[in-house]
Amino acid sequence: MRDVAIIGAGQVKIDEHWDVSLRHLAFKAVKAALADAGVAQVDALYVGNMLSGELAGQEHLGALVADFAGLRGIEALKVEAACGSGAAALRVGYVAVAGGLADIVVVVGVEKMTDMLGGDTTAALALAADGEYETSQGLSFVSVNALLMRRYMYEYNCTHQDFAPFAVNAHRNAVNNPYAMFRFPVTADRFVDAKMICDPINLLDSSPICDGAAAVVLAPAEMARSLNAAPVRIAASAIGTDALAIHDRRDPLVLDGGVISTRRAYEQAGVGPGDIDLFELHDAFSIMAALSLEAAGFAEKGQGVRLALDGEIGIDGKIPVATMGGLKGRGHPVGATGIYQIVEVVQQLRGLAGENQVKNARLGMAQNIGGSGATVVTHILERVE
Amino acid sequence: MADKDGCVMLKPDRDVGIVGYGAYVPRYRLPATEPDRIWMGGRGGAPIKEKSVPGPDEDVVTMSVEAARNALDRAGGIDPTLIRAVWVGSESHPYAVKPTSTIVAESIGATPHTQAADWEFACKAGTEALQAAIGFVGSGMAQYAMVVGMDTAQARPGDALEYTAGAGGAAYLVGPAAEALAVFEGSFSYVTDTPDFWRRAHQHYPSHGGRFTGEPAYFRHSLGAARGLMDALGAQPGDYAYAVFHQPNVKFPRKAAKQLGFKADQIRVGLLADEIGNTYAGSSLIGLSAVLDVAALGDRVLLVSYGSGAGSDAFSLRVTEAILSRQRLAPMTQDYIARCTEIDYGMYVRFVGKLTL
Repeated sequence: MRDVAIIGAGQVKIDEHWDVSLRHLAFKAVKAALADAGVAQVDALYVGNMLSGELAGQEHLGALVADFAGLRGIEALKVEAACGSGAAALRVGYVAVAGGLADIVVVVGVEKMTDMLGGDTTAALALAADGEYETSQGLSFVSVNALLMRRYMYEYNCTHQDFAPFAVNAHRNAVNNPYAMFRFPVTADRFVDAKMICDPINLLDSSPICDGAAAVVLAPAEMARSLNAAPVRIAASAIGTDALAIHDRRDPLVLDGGVISTRRAYEQAGVGPGDIDLFELHDAFSIMAALSLEAAGFAEKGQGVRLALDGEIGIDGKIPVATMGGLKGRGHPVGATGIYQIVEVVQQLRGLAGENQVKNARLGMAQNIGGSGATVVTHILERVE
Repeated sequence: MADKDGCVMLKPDRDVGIVGYGAYVPRYRLPATEPDRIWMGGRGGAPIKEKSVPGPDEDVVTMSVEAARNALDRAGGIDPTLIRAVWVGSESHPYAVKPTSTIVAESIGATPHTQAADWEFACKAGTEALQAAIGFVGSGMAQYAMVVGMDTAQARPGDALEYTAGAGGAAYLVGPAAEALAVFEGSFSYVTDTPDFWRRAHQHYPSHGGRFTGEPAYFRHSLGAARGLMDALGAQPGDYAYAVFHQPNVKFPRKAAKQLGFKADQIRVGLLADEIGNTYAGSSLIGLSAVLDVAALGDRVLLVSYGSGAGSDAFSLRVTEAILSRQRLAPMTQDYIARCTEIDYGMYVRFVGKLTL
């Protein structure tokens, strides 16, 4: 198996892109990533996307994006794993390059969510849950997460306010990210008073419905140096799975998919949680941030919220998370999110994160979650000295 | 006079203007605190103070007749058989098939040798008809044309629109500039296929795209039409005594005015949404009638409508010396606004037929 490096990264500002189509968003990200990599031709293109069929009336994104990006003829396909689609597509690209089946691969995550009315989008997002056992009972994706958050608060005797640091940290970091949707800070008071969506989840627990695209270019590590001055090595790539329905889980408050996924990633990279300098976690809802910190070994069970309350998730903390705003502040265009996380870790490892730079960042981990934890995709990236 | 894209401002060969105008607002008001009380437990806030509600025996026909008669009263006794078009713009015509405008034409004595048709373009149906009337009179095909923008706007119970969807509008008798109390200097439109708000056939209530109704819809089109017209005329915001915008609430027109460079006192007189809500096809036109009620010789007025779907029509008017003798010939817009009886949500439900047995 070959070592794989990221030689280019590009992203589109996350926004309500009412005047830009799905293919244009993807194209803009691909163009930026190829320009950053300094390459014009690639062997394959993988598109991470969850809802184009439901929300944009368009499937078959592989050929569509390849053609529109001027890459007609190459191998191209779409990868879907709910909100984990972006990182899952990276996993497919990684496998292709590591296995020697392709040299230069571009992976783009794209999602266009704001062309539909809110109710339609909510219904589409619920496709990530178990259709026969969850959605058919009237659960939306927000309510699945609300059940988890309610249970967490009950089991660990904590309050809704205890989750405030996740939103406060994410928004603080988003302020300095020109690609972020919400470039304004929020206070803990504002978090507590935010509009209720699905008790106990309120507006500031929740990542926004938005549009975006991000892309990375992969190459074999031995070729990377000659192509790009600042490649970043993919030290680990892993997927772990679990039951879709939360009632089928061993313990609803443990993301087993996350435990499996991070364990595989740590093993592949030969590191442990103590070696990770920053963690781009999947804070689609603040409860997911807490559960992710626990599944990845940064906090004991039930202590994820405590870690945040102790100020350890900030840029200078023990384990900085959502360093460019996370899903909450940067935005969560679902199938694109996994690639935004990767682009941001690349920024950090290249020392290009500006005000939000994590000092001496050498190892960065990104974790993209599909559904309420049934697919967890973890990548560990390493700065190449 | 063409803009940078080569689009020519709309201006007929023969100068035309407003010969008479008249407003109408029903008596009843629903305070915005009422839907908030029923649907949000009183915690949702209120985008306006209150909206006008039609009485149980009122509809777009009766209200259009009231406004058209007021317009005729202000026209100083012209022969109504010289009115060669009666055009009513609305999205709440009482009949799906059968014109509102024939009933109005009959009521004001304009039949039988007249055009009559109903216009539909969401909230700009009235100004669309106004542009057609300018062309009709400006070409010499007609001496006078009556244009009405009037609505009894529908809103789904509990929807954000229910706070503001009001009832009212205004009528304008378009005629030769020599008889006019205000002359049209030109008009200009900005239209695209933008689905921000719609109601399909056989549906009671409209659907809308939430926040999409703002930036890419209302603002893009309103600002596009206003800027296009002012560029073509070489006019600046400071040249206008008054500016009137479509007013779905009070926030949007204030923001649009500010972005164009108008000051608060230029839009104050024509901004009625706080007292009567959004009267849809009547909204910008009744704002204009409130302005004409107080305007003086030489005042310039900018009128900018907005209709979902979407488009804006902008008009530039210059008030003539005839205004002073006409203003008092019919009830003032503010007279109608002051004539009000507040009702609660229950009475509102009864009046507008939301409760069907």
